[in-house]
Amino acid sequence: MNLLLVLPIFLPLVSAAILLLIPSAKLQRWIHIAACLAHFAASALLLCEVLRKGITASQLGNWPAPFGITFVADTFSAMMVLITGLMGFLVAIYSLDDVSSEHQKRGFYSLYQVLLMGVSGAFLTGDLFNLFVWFEVMLMSSFVLLALGCSRHQLSGGVKYLVLNFLSSSLFLTALGLIYSVTGTLNMADAANILKSSPLGISSMSAAMLLMVSFGIKAGLFPLFAWLPASYHTPPVSVSAIFAALLTKVGVYALVRVFTLIFTIQVDFTHDILIGISLITMLTGVLGAAAQYETRKILSFHIISQIGYMTLGLGFFTEAALAATVFYIIHHIVVKTNLFLIAGAISKLKGTAELKKIGGLYAESPWLALLFLIPAMSLGGIPPLSGFFAKFALVKEGVSLHAWLSVFVALAVGILTLYSMTKIWAEAFWKASPNENGDFGLGDAPDPTPTSSTTPSLPSLPASFWAAITAMAAVTLAISSWPQWLFDLSERAAAELSTPSHYIQAVLHSKQ
Amino acid sequence: MAASLFIVFLASAISPLLVYFLRTRASYFLALVPLSIFVLYLHYLQRLHDGSPLLETIHWIQSFGVHLQFRLDGLALLFLLLIAGIGTLIVLYAGSYLAGHPHLGRFYAILFLFMGAMLGLVASENLIALFVFWELTSLSSYLLVGFDYRKKEARAAALQALLVTFTGGQALLVAFLILASLTDSFSFTQILEKKIQIQQNPSYIILVLLVLTGAFTKSAQTPFHFWLPGAMAAPTPVSAYLHSATMVTAGVFLLARLTPLLGGTHLWAWSLTSFGLLTMLTGSILAIGQTDLKRLLAYTTVAALGTMTMLLGLGTPLAAKAAIAFLLVHSLYKGALFMVAGAVDHETHTRDVRDLGGLIRHMPITAIASGLAALAMCGVPPVLGFISKELIYEAKLEFGQIGWFFAILGVIANALVVAVALIVGIRPFLGFPLHTPKHPHEAPFPLWFGPLILALLGLLFGIVPPLVEQTIIKPAVVAVVGDTIKVKLSLWHGFTPMLVLSFVTLLLGFCFFRMREKFRLARETLTPLRYYGPESLYSCIINHWLPSIASLQTRILQHGYLRYYVLSIIAAAALAVAAGLSRISLPGTWFTWRSFEWWEVLLCAAIFLAGFAAILTSGRITSVVLLGIIGYTISLIFALYGAPDLALTQFLVETLTLILLVLVLYRLPKAKSLSSKASRLRDALLSLAFGFAITLLVLKSLYIPHDTKLPDFFVQNSPIAQGRNVVNVILVDFRALDTLGEITVLGISAVGVWAVLSFIRKKSSSASASQKNSSPASFEQ
Repeated sequence: MNLLLVLPIFLPLVSAAILLLIPSAKLQRWIHIAACLAHFAASALLLCEVLRKGITASQLGNWPAPFGITFVADTFSAMMVLITGLMGFLVAIYSLDDVSSEHQKRGFYSLYQVLLMGVSGAFLTGDLFNLFVWFEVMLMSSFVLLALGCSRHQLSGGVKYLVLNFLSSSLFLTALGLIYSVTGTLNMADAANILKSSPLGISSMSAAMLLMVSFGIKAGLFPLFAWLPASYHTPPVSVSAIFAALLTKVGVYALVRVFTLIFTIQVDFTHDILIGISLITMLTGVLGAAAQYETRKILSFHIISQIGYMTLGLGFFTEAALAATVFYIIHHIVVKTNLFLIAGAISKLKGTAELKKIGGLYAESPWLALLFLIPAMSLGGIPPLSGFFAKFALVKEGVSLHAWLSVFVALAVGILTLYSMTKIWAEAFWKASPNENGDFGLGDAPDPTPTSSTTPSLPSLPASFWAAITAMAAVTLAISSWPQWLFDLSERAAAELSTPSHYIQAVLHSKQ
Repeated sequence: MAASLFIVFLASAISPLLVYFLRTRASYFLALVPLSIFVLYLHYLQRLHDGSPLLETIHWIQSFGVHLQFRLDGLALLFLLLIAGIGTLIVLYAGSYLAGHPHLGRFYAILFLFMGAMLGLVASENLIALFVFWELTSLSSYLLVGFDYRKKEARAAALQALLVTFTGGQALLVAFLILASLTDSFSFTQILEKKIQIQQNPSYIILVLLVLTGAFTKSAQTPFHFWLPGAMAAPTPVSAYLHSATMVTAGVFLLARLTPLLGGTHLWAWSLTSFGLLTMLTGSILAIGQTDLKRLLAYTTVAALGTMTMLLGLGTPLAAKAAIAFLLVHSLYKGALFMVAGAVDHETHTRDVRDLGGLIRHMPITAIASGLAALAMCGVPPVLGFISKELIYEAKLEFGQIGWFFAILGVIANALVVAVALIVGIRPFLGFPLHTPKHPHEAPFPLWFGPLILALLGLLFGIVPPLVEQTIIKPAVVAVVGDTIKVKLSLWHGFTPMLVLSFVTLLLGFCFFRMREKFRLARETLTPLRYYGPESLYSCIINHWLPSIASLQTRILQHGYLRYYVLSIIAAAALAVAAGLSRISLPGTWFTWRSFEWWEVLLCAAIFLAGFAAILTSGRITSVVLLGIIGYTISLIFALYGAPDLALTQFLVETLTLILLVLVLYRLPKAKSLSSKASRLRDALLSLAFGFAITLLVLKSLYIPHDTKLPDFFVQNSPIAQGRNVVNVILVDFRALDTLGEITVLGISAVGVWAVLSFIRKKSSSASASQKNSSPASFEQ
């Protein structure tokens, strides 16, 4: 029994319980941060362990697989847990000054911890039913986080979120029943083993398709993504940031796991469908963003569009493409979370993130402008930022597979993504605030009078905001300037994903 | 090379600090950076004499073979010298031009970012490294064009320049990826070795088209030329540096760089010459009618870029030599004229040529620089511009009849350019002084120093051509054409056809200059034609098509109605199941009837009847009760088939749900029937389809023999776990983690209910407090 495998679940669980019991708001804040830091540290240790020893599995309760519940960490899942820990920690810092005391009194911290627990559990479990349970944990905690505050649009978004995700759960459960009836097991490795070696494989195809729909809802694929843009802009920024970081990615993770491990019998069928859906998802997401003028809404639609890139790599189903998917996920999580946090900072400064009502931040807050440019241009795929390498790896594989349509769509969507990012830049940063009018000098001769950068009414951002945003930008820059280490990890993850026998071996023949 | 890049990027990072502390004086320190690089590469020129390029590699991304590989050959060095040399003058110039500007620090930061990117671009051996720098120049150009960010036009022009060049960049990326997939390398030298393979590959055509898209967007070739005049919204130092001397020539550089690889075919030659000629004519014709100094210059830049492209398309050594010489000349005079335009603007606060005259009295040094540069632009001896023009005509005339055709087109275009040179470079300084918004004085030193140096260099090189021909032009030509050719520049070739053409050009140009008012009138009358141009296509896409498609799509997909979201998910699931089933071939015997027990029929009938009644009824409570009947019947089925614990659970859950629902629904008004018949029919069909799909799935899974290893194991091992009730042992031991998770879900739900209620209570109490208890808070009861 490897303790490291379960720490990412039990640490948040214990902290959640403690946080519920502690009345002191100040103490709660410290415990919140400490718990997230501990979770991050544990996940870092886990990745080190996996890198040292290879795929690591633990049988909970010491019941041998496939009878008990197995926890497995391969490079991919350990990376996902680590990025969960990192985002959890940084967004937690941000949340200190973002979330109202009303929220804090009403269980915000506990809910946040349980969300981290559910996400980590989903990444680490090797059991399909257990995955379902973690989905439920995530769903419930995220729904309550979404609804806290109970404003009208929060509840309306929350109901959509809940109902559509419940649909996803019930489809998942149906598929589980089918898989169990075909294979007689719930253990993923065992199921993969059985389906691989018997003629039953084909008859599980409808279960595979149901899972694709169910996880597709979670991931936000076309045409199942409606819950996401309906709800992500409603809660406090910290909540939507952590949602943007993790929720859809759990769906993508589940898709990758299931369609590399269990359902690889009819790749030309399942994975071609995935390619088609990915392309439409990329396009609809980015077009949806083009119609929006609220920062968080724009960003929400971009999540959808970018999910398409990730699943496109899964659809290509070569080792290099899977590596591109893994790289893309990690890059995207950091960048997108940061953009949400920056959107929050913009609202804090300007009172709203509605692009038509704000402006002038380039002059007023140059550091925020710089910190915005890093993730925004990265998302737009400007080299040498991380987003370029993610796209590059994917498109390169597309070219060598002669998947010209995919290449075309991926690049065209990239252009539109850049268009959206420049829209936020031009409207929120460059454009003058609508309430102050004033052209900048005559002709292009400079106007020597200083701009209105000294407007006294401008509120300043709390240090926690700067810390979280800067740290995330630093991570993006680290990936950008030396992408090889992340590619090494991604390639290792992809190698494990494309030879499932190691995974199966590790689960079914681990000593404990 | 890497060191110099590092220094430039470092300068970019520290320039805001430097400006913060030193104000305008920072420009003198910052100018040292490009100056030292210029000196460094002057030194490299001598090392290059043996002909082989100098290579340098810094490993970057092993996975893809993407490294910072640099290649210093004649072509790279020519560009490096231009970028660093003109860069030095621009840095000085900008310090004075933007003196006191609050964002001067940021300006330098972006300018140095651009400089580094541009240096890296021309020195790159690795194609992806080249691409990285290529895109960075687009980004920095975006930020610089939008430097006057409060102006809407500046923002729009910045976006236009970015989107056009970025789109071209994507095409270029695909081209590089195709090259890599054919040769397994991103290194230019290694790709060059497989030249024949590439040219014979069927994808060669696509490859060329993609490369041309990339190069043409960057170098503003027709039909992408429109972004360049728009980019004149940038401060003048930027126009002088990026949009005349360096960045826009990146496309020409790329074509020159790839000529040894892709050139030598009809496709390459014809597309380059035809687009080049077209651009040359477009640029020069559009230029003559303008009245704004910078726009006049911008359109002639388009024409010049077209000329370079055309010459590269001709492909002969002589044409390559002409192209390189012209590129050098153009950078010198166009950079100078832009800086002059900026100085004039700075001193008079107008750029309209109709308002300018007699400035030579107030700005004599600027006038000298301007006059010399204009002479170079006209191609008047003894300036280097004359030699390059002769070379261009000579290169064209090599091609016989079609060459004469090219040459005549060239004469027309050049004559127009001559007219523009007179309008921009000579006319404002002669004649009567006109009233300008600001009374002019001689510009400060940095504003005339740059143009004067560039103009004098043009004169110097013209008088003493050996200064450049062996040292700079020849190595560059060798790098393009691949073999050594005799490069001989001289002012006097004897009485040749070229001399006649040059003379005709000047004469015609002077005539055009005299007719300039007519051209302006013509431009005004022809303005509606812009409606059919590529720029209006661009703005149509950006301002009309994209938003309307986007909002249409959003209305269809993100309409906000939960019921349609559910509908689409159900439909997707039904489709998915159908698709999954279509892949399965079951034997004909997979489904067999057997006789039913009477109570089975009864239970099924109860479920069916309750279901139909629940659909048909209009009362909420009635339908809930009917659904409850279904639930109870199902729990009966569980009980009858040996799962009493499951039956009990189902029974309890059903009861609880029923009670809760009735309690809530009791308060709601009576339901109304709002949906139309058609939507009912649609819903019915969809439900039936989904139900049918699920039924099929269930029946199918009955056919497959069930593996019982899990239940067997659980039954056998539950005594080990100290329990006799297998279900209990599963819940608390075998799969205890699931239970833990579910308990957490319950706990969280409880927290959620409490939190939501307390929020609502707080809200309603504050609401009722604000309403002075006028309305009772209904939530409280």
